[in-house]
Amino acid sequence: MNQWKNFTKGFIKENPILVLVLGTCPTLATTSSAINGLAMGLATTFVLVGSNVVVSLVAKMIPDKVRIPSYVVVIASFVTIVDLSMQAYVPAVYATLGIFIPLIVVNCIVLGRAEAFANKNTVLSSLIDGLGMGLGFAMALGILGAIREILGSGAIFGMKVMNSGALVFVLAPGAFIALGYLIALVNKIKK
Amino acid sequence: MAKKDSFINMTLTLFIITAVAATLLGFVYNFTKDPIAQVKKEKLKASINLVVPGADKGTVVEKSVMPEEGKDSLYFYEVIVNDVKIGTAVKTYTDKGFAGRFTVMVGFDTVGNIIDNDVLEHKETPGLGDKTAKSKSNFNSQFIGKNPGTFKLQVKKDGGDVDAITAATISSRAYCDALQRAFNAYVKYYNIKTEPAPADKDKGGNE
Repeated sequence: MNQWKNFTKGFIKENPILVLVLGTCPTLATTSSAINGLAMGLATTFVLVGSNVVVSLVAKMIPDKVRIPSYVVVIASFVTIVDLSMQAYVPAVYATLGIFIPLIVVNCIVLGRAEAFANKNTVLSSLIDGLGMGLGFAMALGILGAIREILGSGAIFGMKVMNSGALVFVLAPGAFIALGYLIALVNKIKK
Repeated sequence: MAKKDSFINMTLTLFIITAVAATLLGFVYNFTKDPIAQVKKEKLKASINLVVPGADKGTVVEKSVMPEEGKDSLYFYEVIVNDVKIGTAVKTYTDKGFAGRFTVMVGFDTVGNIIDNDVLEHKETPGLGDKTAKSKSNFNSQFIGKNPGTFKLQVKKDGGDVDAITAATISSRAYCDALQRAFNAYVKYYNIKTEPAPADKDKGGNE
């Protein structure tokens, strides 16, 4: 597979949220505003790139039966690094995302890419795969967050554009509705 | 993928991976420890300064005080500027919120009037209960300058003086509960005498 295709597949063709529908929990929970969605997406991208690279490096040395626990340790380490650095350097973002950052450990995209891609491919391909998938995830979360922010609180990236919004879009049902329409739209584009 | 699974092999691999991960995290922890502590300190300082303006120019003395009801202690931050106590910020809480514990910072002057107040942490519903925060609505400006001894800290529905947030009565009640807890502890700790509410007499006395 050429590397450009490898990179771009995460955006539409194999978008983790809109096509694979993986990692729905953080998707629904953190996208109440565009900035939250983007920040969550970028944190996940970092973890995904890091774990993909390390897993592709060590995959050949790990016995088959203990590969999942090994991958989880690798992923958890990266998540802890993100968690601590966010607390230290971007406390404002951490304040809103806080509880969801440790949950990246159990985000199925991260383990999914380690298992389905990184342990069979070269380090470079895995890095590019992680980057593409992560940015695709961040993009989907950003779009979903922007839609919910506009409809729910009448603002975009914190700037007011409308006086008020429909509260339902800030709450959980709005996330399902917006995500459903987004997936429908992507299916339409893909055809 | 290539290696054979043997007991030794598997144990050793897991051991090495966890050992490397632990060492690495140890370094990261050490590296971020100071900035994190700094951020926490600044956040606390900023919230003290918000409810007792001028706190950044003076010294702050921290005390923990056990309230009469409730299972955790409150934190008092006495603000002293030029040897004069200008007020005390009280970090208080309530468990009556809609979703878990609700932490509030409130500043009192020396006679018990509320200087200012804001939410520190909450898990209330976005768009409803989160309006108790200063950034979301002017709900908590109604407490500014009021003395809870005369200003009944209950929502109007319950016979108090507080305008509740529309569709968020539970959060509003919880907020009042947190303020009341802070006030009771404050008055008791410093032995401040409060006048009985004169407003109640006008209403025919519902005490």
